[in-house]
Amino acid sequence: MKKKPPQPTTDQEHWIRLLRQMLLIRRFEEKCAELYSATKIRGFLHLYIGEEAVSVGVMAALTPVDAVVATYREHGQALARGVSPGALMAEMYGKQEGCCRGRGGSMHIFDAATRFYGGNAIVGGSIPLAVGLALADKMQGRQRVSCCFFGDGAVAEGAFHESMNIASLWKLPVLFVCENNLYAMGSALRYTQAVTDLAAKGAGYAVQSEAVDGMDVLAVESAARKAVDSVRGGNGPCFLECRTYRFRAHSMFDAELYRTKEEVEEWKKRDPILQLSASLRAQEALADADFEQMESEVAREVDDAIAFAEAGTWEPVDDLTRFVYSERRTG
Amino acid sequence: MNGAAETIKTTYREAVRQGLHDALRRDQRVFLMGEDVGHYGGCYAVSKGFIQEFGPERIRDTPLSELAFTGIGIGAAMGGMRPIVEIMTVNFSLLALDQIMNNAATLLHMSGGLFNVPLVIRMATGAGRQLAAQHAHSLEGWYAHIPGIKVLTPATLEDARGMLWTALEDPDPVLIFENQTLYPLEGELPVTAGPVEIDHAQVMRGGSDVSIITYSASLYKALAAAESLAAEGISAEVIDLRTLRPLDDDTIMASVAKTRRALVVDEGWRSGGISAEISARIMEQAFYELDAPVERICSVEVPMPYARHMELAALPQAEAIVAAVKRMVPTHG
Ligand SMILES: Cc1ncc(C[n+]2csc(CCOP(=O)(O)OP(=O)(O)O)c2C)c(N)n1
Ligand SMILES: [Mg+2]
Repeated sequence: MKKKPPQPTTDQEHWIRLLRQMLLIRRFEEKCAELYSATKIRGFLHLYIGEEAVSVGVMAALTPVDAVVATYREHGQALARGVSPGALMAEMYGKQEGCCRGRGGSMHIFDAATRFYGGNAIVGGSIPLAVGLALADKMQGRQRVSCCFFGDGAVAEGAFHESMNIASLWKLPVLFVCENNLYAMGSALRYTQAVTDLAAKGAGYAVQSEAVDGMDVLAVESAARKAVDSVRGGNGPCFLECRTYRFRAHSMFDAELYRTKEEVEEWKKRDPILQLSASLRAQEALADADFEQMESEVAREVDDAIAFAEAGTWEPVDDLTRFVYSERRTG
Repeated sequence: MNGAAETIKTTYREAVRQGLHDALRRDQRVFLMGEDVGHYGGCYAVSKGFIQEFGPERIRDTPLSELAFTGIGIGAAMGGMRPIVEIMTVNFSLLALDQIMNNAATLLHMSGGLFNVPLVIRMATGAGRQLAAQHAHSLEGWYAHIPGIKVLTPATLEDARGMLWTALEDPDPVLIFENQTLYPLEGELPVTAGPVEIDHAQVMRGGSDVSIITYSASLYKALAAAESLAAEGISAEVIDLRTLRPLDDDTIMASVAKTRRALVVDEGWRSGGISAEISARIMEQAFYELDAPVERICSVEVPMPYARHMELAALPQAEAIVAAVKRMVPTHG
């Protein structure tokens, strides 16, 4: 038997869990891309590969009572929040065992148990929902945080500015998380924002703001913890700009004419998974064998999700008009 | 049309692109503005290469700010330019609805005729690609409710190529709806293809037993239905409305007077949709010509579901058109 390295510290154990979550998102989405080519998944598919540190870091700072409002690039956000990989995959297959019965697909993942209020495919469209969830908490005297994710592109929408203003004006417990991956589809940030320092926008609304390295999960987590503490403490909203990068195309239809391969390769050197695993190895908290074991566990988890989706069934067409109105008589 | 004209094999996408290219070449006041029209090349690749050819002044990438850039288009139109505003998908146009409805459609009237808005807004519309409930509706019928704008729905390559320039020459705001499923459509287009008139519906297939009145992507479902009905001895006339506002009542009524039966097909929701309007007009103008009640086939009243089988079930299909016509037309012999 090989000699075991020293027992990891509590912190290191936590970091290993973060690494595992990022790895799960990565491997899950790599499979999604394959399944898209195999036409098992259809519609629009937006991959989060490269950006895993953002949602994993932020979710680590949230508690189960908090609410999350997501984007259409939300598989990572959903998995990090604890949505079941099987229900997520089945949703993308369009099966009724999916978390939304196959009604939503990749861009519309919802999960009540984890207070995951949805993937939203209208850019910026979900931001006010988080403010409203926060308003409900405040009016009912609950100490919960509502966290919304959105991209750099969404910062150009009125919904962002109007929501920041109201959240601040009414001192609502909202955590605004901007996933700044430098592009909105093919539009580079420099072509869409007069002020590209997005964290600077908070000042105009008296919202406490911070920019953080979105490729470093530990940095994201610690910034998010600080922000969440402040929000939960009743100090009004916070704005966190996570500077990140998507390694893949915007969607499955993108020829990527707007950026160079060199730029992508440069960012890949900062891969959040490589960075954290290298650091854990350097600390001797993670041996090669541990990492391999993690890989194989994650692979099994992804395979199980696919098997669950494959075994799923189609919702009967007779149910088509369900869920246009509530089936219960009162709210 | 000149039957001898030389034609080339092309696509709807390419036809839209040619129309845009032509407009940008013809008139320096024309410019294209919208999300990802430039560096990305257009989200449906319609403006690929344009930014290199015409430059970023005339191929303007905008931030994700639908309300602002649509309103800016209105202002620029009043200021003497001829903007083509592109909105990626009809669902996103709802963010700009205020500008379209409260400004573009009303400025001429509110100003007592002083300020007209020669603006063209193009957008993709329609379902069929499993894009679910925030990307896949057919709201052109809704827009056709608004006086002050014109609503065009090119279904054919000729119209995809030719409606834009005519729209740009119009003194008032014109909305052009391109069904997402049509971009890959292949066909022949005369090499001399150019601007087309936008005032009339077109009979796409002559018939004597029933008039199937439709537009955009449903046209092809109607034509397929007419083909299979023909095999069963039922002769269906198929009308492509082309323009939803103003509607060409004359072509509709002339057809109904001949066939005495009308079936209206559209991919919008049934209640309060464009089919309801057309049906009412037939009732008002041709009631005594009718041998059967007017029927409608529309989308099921549900936000568009993602799963393929559910999306198909939500949309009008050729089989449903065939079944409706068979209900309406007494069996021969
Ligand atoms: C209101 C609206 N406009 C346009 C789109 C089309 N669209 C989808 S994603 C996207 C880019 C958004 O960029 P960003 O907010 O930076 O998020 P990212 O995709 O980079 O994660 C665009 C333009 C949309 N879905 N909604
Ligand atoms: Mg972005």
